[in-house]
Amino acid sequence: MLNILSKKVATAVALGAFALTSLPAHADVIDDIKARGTLIVGVKADYKPYGFRDTSGAIIGIEPELAKDVADKLGVDVEYVPVVSSNRMQFLEQGKVDLMIATMTDKPDRRKVVSIPDPNYYSSGTNIMTPKKFGFKEWEDLRGKPVCGIQGAFYNKKTGRDFGAKIVAFKGTAEVYAALKAGNCVAFVYDDSSHVATLEQPEWADYEMPLPTIDDAPWGLAVKLGETKFHDMMGEMIVGWHKSGRILELETKWGVTNTPFAKEMHEKYK
Amino acid sequence: MEAFYEWARVLYENTGINLPFIYDSYDRDRMINGFFMTVKLSVTCLFFSVVIGIIGAWLQSSPLKWTRRIVGGYIQIFRNTPPLVQLYFFYFAIGTLLPKVTNEYGGQEPILGGFAWAVISLSFFAGAYNVEIFRSGIEAVPDSTIEAAEALGFSRLHIYKDITLPLAIRVVLPALNNNLVNLVKTTTLAYAIAVPEMLYEANQIWSDNVNVTEMMIFMLLVYFVLVGVLVWGMNRWERALKIPGFGA
Repeated sequence: MLNILSKKVATAVALGAFALTSLPAHADVIDDIKARGTLIVGVKADYKPYGFRDTSGAIIGIEPELAKDVADKLGVDVEYVPVVSSNRMQFLEQGKVDLMIATMTDKPDRRKVVSIPDPNYYSSGTNIMTPKKFGFKEWEDLRGKPVCGIQGAFYNKKTGRDFGAKIVAFKGTAEVYAALKAGNCVAFVYDDSSHVATLEQPEWADYEMPLPTIDDAPWGLAVKLGETKFHDMMGEMIVGWHKSGRILELETKWGVTNTPFAKEMHEKYK
Repeated sequence: MEAFYEWARVLYENTGINLPFIYDSYDRDRMINGFFMTVKLSVTCLFFSVVIGIIGAWLQSSPLKWTRRIVGGYIQIFRNTPPLVQLYFFYFAIGTLLPKVTNEYGGQEPILGGFAWAVISLSFFAGAYNVEIFRSGIEAVPDSTIEAAEALGFSRLHIYKDITLPLAIRVVLPALNNNLVNLVKTTTLAYAIAVPEMLYEANQIWSDNVNVTEMMIFMLLVYFVLVGVLVWGMNRWERALKIPGFGA
């Protein structure tokens, strides 16, 4: 699959380069946004609390708020376009959105397709969700115990091999939640950002995410390839967010425990 | 053995044919455990499904109306619903209703785990077919034989155990063979409720190593051999039981 993906990326890059050379030089995207009076941002609409819909259908969450900051800085209105993981980069490539902030893990392959400014604005990793009564403190505490997972997730092997847990893997999250509640496993190993959202719900009040997060992977927001001015501006915006503690503030606002990454970045740029 | 493991690694480096269940010790253990889990699950289910078939067929000829109706109802329920649905039903619906036991680390776990439910569900599923298969054999035993036994004062159980069943088994072996082969293949469904059998482990390995093609081919060969062994054994048994002049 990785091979196919890298081939696709290579094709996309080749096509992109072709398109760039064949198109006449156009105005900078920042000028376009200002002329239009609206910043169009691709965000998630199904990933609570980073980007989701409220009861009225409006898209809200941490990432939409960050996008609003950008719009405010440019002095324009903001418009959200819901994207999913499989199409988010295409939305940007085709110019349907000016900016994409959609829980995307920053990978070298992706940097060839879209322009990801440094530093990273957020990060997520692997953690477990478990009933509070077990009192797990370290990954080693899982040794010999049944731990639920999703079939095909890459951290199943790590949890099984390095920490000795007995992985009980199901097709989807719905089965896992049923099995976890029934006691077929002591914990659920998955993305920490997903756990954060699930643990907010009252039915999971007796559960916690107690372990240090591992396999931390940074998230990148992105602009279209070649928009250097906008790219540089977004880099400054991210530094600004870390510096002012905006990310920490948003995490608190949306009920997320401050993540080590956000704290660390705040310390670094303070 | 080490040389063989090394050969698989070299094969991967030189040709791109990736067989991690040979050279990677963790994946190898998973695959071996998965194989034995499949064998264990198959043998247990084969045993219980045949027992269910024999007892069910006897109860089906019971003089009591309600016994016959209950057996008939059981056959209808288990034969007319998909085995995957049954597995999910037992594991997620019935499993959560049963009392829980406290395990060694202080948690509450269901009294029956995935393996137990897989055995129960698959045995009853194949058992439902086996009841009908055995009935066909019992009905093939001539009435005159049974009447002769009755005239000699044999009890109903005695007739079934010593006269009807031994003759019936010889008639049903080809059909039973068919059903048991199906049962072994159906054990792969247990991966839906996280029983770590062979397909489940293969799925984990191909997800980690992105070698779907190799694992698929390997799975096909292993099941082919596994079922081949069963068929060979059943055919030998069929020949050994053969009574010259009977049935043919």
